Amino acid sequence: MAASSHVSHDHGHDDAHGSLKSYVVGFGLSILLTLASFGTVMSGVVPHHLMMPGIVLFAVAQLLVQLVFFLHMGTSPGKRGNLTIMLFTMLILAIVVVGSLWVLHNMNANMMHPTFPQVPTE
Amino acid sequence: MFGKLTLSAIPFDQPIIMGTLLMVMLGGAALLGFVTYQRKWAYLWSEWFTTVDHKKIGVMYIIMALVMLLRGFADAIMMRTQQAMASADAAGYLPPHHFDQVFTAHGDIMIFFMAMPFITGLMNLVVPLQIGARDVAYPFLNSLSFWLTAGGVVLIMASLFIGDFAATGWLAYPPLSELKYSPTVGVDYYIWSLQLSGLGTTLSGINFIVTILKMRAPGMTLMKMPVFTWTALVTNILIVAAFPVLTVALALLGADRYLGMHFFTNDAGGNAMMYVNLIWIWGHPEVYILILPCFGAYSEIIATFSGKPLFGYKSMVYATAAIGVLSFLVWLHHFFTMGSGASVNAFFGIMTMIISVPTGVKLFNWLFTMYRGRVRFTVPVLWTIGFMVTFVIGGVTGVLMAVPGADFVLHNSLFLIAHFHNTIIGGVVFGCLAAMNYWFPKAFGFKLAERWGKASFWCWLVGFYVAFMPLYILGLKGMTRRMNHYANPDWQPYLIVALIGAVIILFGIFFTVLQLYVSVRDRVTLRDPSGDPWGGRTLEWSTSSPAPFYNFAVLPQVRQLDQFWTDKQDGVAYMRPNRYEDIHMPRNTGVGVFMGLFGVVLGFALVWHIWWMAALGLAGMVGSFLVRVYDRDIDYWVPAAEVERIERARLAPLQKVGLVTVAVPADDEQKAA
Amino acid sequence: MSVTADGMHVPAAHGHDHGHDDGSKTLLGFWIYLMSDCLIFSALFATFAVLANATAGGPSGKELFELPYVLGETALLLVSSFTFGLAMLNMHAGRRQRVMAWLVATFALGAGFIGMEVHEFAHLIHEGAGPDRSAFLSAYFTLVGTHGLHVTAGLLWLLVMMDQVRRRGLNDDTRRRLSCLSLFWHFLDIVWICVFTFVYLRGAI
Repeated sequence: MAASSHVSHDHGHDDAHGSLKSYVVGFGLSILLTLASFGTVMSGVVPHHLMMPGIVLFAVAQLLVQLVFFLHMGTSPGKRGNLTIMLFTMLILAIVVVGSLWVLHNMNANMMHPTFPQVPTE
Repeated sequence: MFGKLTLSAIPFDQPIIMGTLLMVMLGGAALLGFVTYQRKWAYLWSEWFTTVDHKKIGVMYIIMALVMLLRGFADAIMMRTQQAMASADAAGYLPPHHFDQVFTAHGDIMIFFMAMPFITGLMNLVVPLQIGARDVAYPFLNSLSFWLTAGGVVLIMASLFIGDFAATGWLAYPPLSELKYSPTVGVDYYIWSLQLSGLGTTLSGINFIVTILKMRAPGMTLMKMPVFTWTALVTNILIVAAFPVLTVALALLGADRYLGMHFFTNDAGGNAMMYVNLIWIWGHPEVYILILPCFGAYSEIIATFSGKPLFGYKSMVYATAAIGVLSFLVWLHHFFTMGSGASVNAFFGIMTMIISVPTGVKLFNWLFTMYRGRVRFTVPVLWTIGFMVTFVIGGVTGVLMAVPGADFVLHNSLFLIAHFHNTIIGGVVFGCLAAMNYWFPKAFGFKLAERWGKASFWCWLVGFYVAFMPLYILGLKGMTRRMNHYANPDWQPYLIVALIGAVIILFGIFFTVLQLYVSVRDRVTLRDPSGDPWGGRTLEWSTSSPAPFYNFAVLPQVRQLDQFWTDKQDGVAYMRPNRYEDIHMPRNTGVGVFMGLFGVVLGFALVWHIWWMAALGLAGMVGSFLVRVYDRDIDYWVPAAEVERIERARLAPLQKVGLVTVAVPADDEQKAA
Repeated sequence: MSVTADGMHVPAAHGHDHGHDDGSKTLLGFWIYLMSDCLIFSALFATFAVLANATAGGPSGKELFELPYVLGETALLLVSSFTFGLAMLNMHAGRRQRVMAWLVATFALGAGFIGMEVHEFAHLIHEGAGPDRSAFLSAYFTLVGTHGLHVTAGLLWLLVMMDQVRRRGLNDDTRRRLSCLSLFWHFLDIVWICVFTFVYLRGAI
């Protein structure tokens, strides 16, 4: 957090807003990863148990691609503040999502809530 | 045309409510008449309602909080009276549905519309001054935040007279709060008043984070920031991280009620526990949102009045940050009893015990700050010592309930009620009143009268113990919370004692009001000509009282913690520069007021299903905002000559006592900058 | 007052002053807002994950979701993210006409996305799979609908910005606001990656 102090006036430098190349590269990678995600589920060639890990992997990869190439996230001094804030947000996000799932799953398992014993997919 | 709204929505058959309505109308008419008679409308509009000055917005927040304290306390004493009466065969004077609304409104008002505005007001008043800034990062947004919060207040107050309020408890747990079991508009009032004020709170959270990160005086690194500003930073981070979850929880409940969805219903796969889970993911950080700025205020007070630097500044900062993160990892302790397994309960129980450690660190820091200091027992210090004793008791009973096994016995009992009032009154209310006494001179230029402040403190302290210690015993005896009536006559004596305690607190509140009145009356004798009435350590005391609208004629240079204290030691605290410069300031705007007004229209229309009016309210909010977006006349420059005139008037009396030092030569000044 | 017609402050002597139009302050604040919005979505995703199997005897995602259609929506949003990027590049180069052209393209693509989503929702409701059918569908409509509302707000914002660029050109104000809007637009594309992965694709497995 200390890094974010008084790093004002960082706009106006070229690295802050990318170049045509970075947008094109990001766009191309995003298209590939999107097609890979949909292909994993729709093509029928991927074994069923590998589908979920596959789409999660491609999603994370595409998130990183867009963060770097579209939102220009990085570790240069001018951007470290935003990066720190985002990492803290990711921590809270993980607590909210993982925590909720853990708590509610555990509760359902113990209290036999009607949603739990159902077969997940027909 | 008017949705569900008919004349029968006004509870003419309820003498208590109608009596209150009559009093509010008479009081309101008297106030409006007085303002009109004094011809103060133009003044109020141009100097206060439309202001973007953080100090004035802070004052308005605090006035609103004090008014809502009166409302919330009225609810409290009504409950205590009912419970003191309604034993065995006696029914008391409040019908159950009304009693349920009273305890719901009490909780919501005290948390959302008393405590939150109070701490937001304090941060507004103090933070920019402490960091040597001229305003917050987004002055218009600050005004908007206030008016959205005020809109929430208007909605919750309207529920008293038009329709009803939620009768569900302060967090409106489903399925009770679902349409099927709460068919009236009460829960809808709850949802929209909280959404409106929650939006304001989130915006002001963003505002203060940016203010603190970007607008500190030159040289003030994060570890040279005053502790109050540190606690404000962590609190605002918690606000921005936690309030979105509250927004979602309330929105999903609203979707169930308005659109027939099934998030938390009993049927169609809904899961009411998800609401409880979400609301406490917000709810636990929320209690730290309230207490952290109060910790900061105590730290400033204890250091100032002990005449010593704060003991363990760094540990204080790290403890605050640790509490900030840990507060997101304990939420399940609010519902240990709702069916999670041993592993889940054990994890959250242990985390709850861990979070008490940094708070303990803070207490030792305060004690060591006082140790061998020359403590002046002023009103803020009395509140602080009262807090230290009371809060420890509240903390200990909290750690007791962190043991899941013990919680199974104590959950939802009066023991829990006593515990959290022990921390919230002993921590937040005492802290707000301490801070009010401490920073009042900075806002208005005169001190608050000591005598009535002390009277208020002793009544609050004694009244608190008399009112809440019996509740611990009742909790252990098995009395649950929110009872309109009870069959066990053994409980009645304790509840009568508790009522007596509430009456003593009533005197405490009365003395606070009296203190304000007497201080305004004697403002000339209580005047603070120096701007530094307590021998302060931080930058807010280096400017005049009340601070000029631009806060600092010359932005202060900071080289260390407690810079102002060092400057005073070196005799350079009051320096007249040889040249003043133009100052850039934001211009007042009424857009915030209008957006708040349209927000009330929107909320009210949604409560009563008046769809055309809701569309009008929303369009009004968006439209007002667009007006602002297209407005270019949003700032101006204060000419250097004007600044010089104001500063000369301020420094003249200080010069007489020889405090003002010679101006720095121009080339030296440039070197320093 | 020393403010010129285009809203720029003239006195250069005030360069050291803490001005109120410092773009970096606004961008930091907007970034923090986006993070709080991100947490709104995280709570919605958590709710969806908890209720994903609570179909209450109604249709499941596997029966309802048409992946080719979703791929079409995804394509529109992804291309719109790219066109906004091109608008930003032209903004930094000061080419106003091209900025306008790319903003119009972005708007058209975004409007197409919203049109497809509205059509999808209408189709589901018509088939009896509306948000009041089951907790799963409530969570689905709310999560995807909240994203859609954000895109709609973004479209309105785009209209306002196109108007401001047309009237006022590329000055400090419009550049700053376009920078914020570009963050917002890219952010919505990122949220959509999570939506198509965890709602549609996961539901179809």
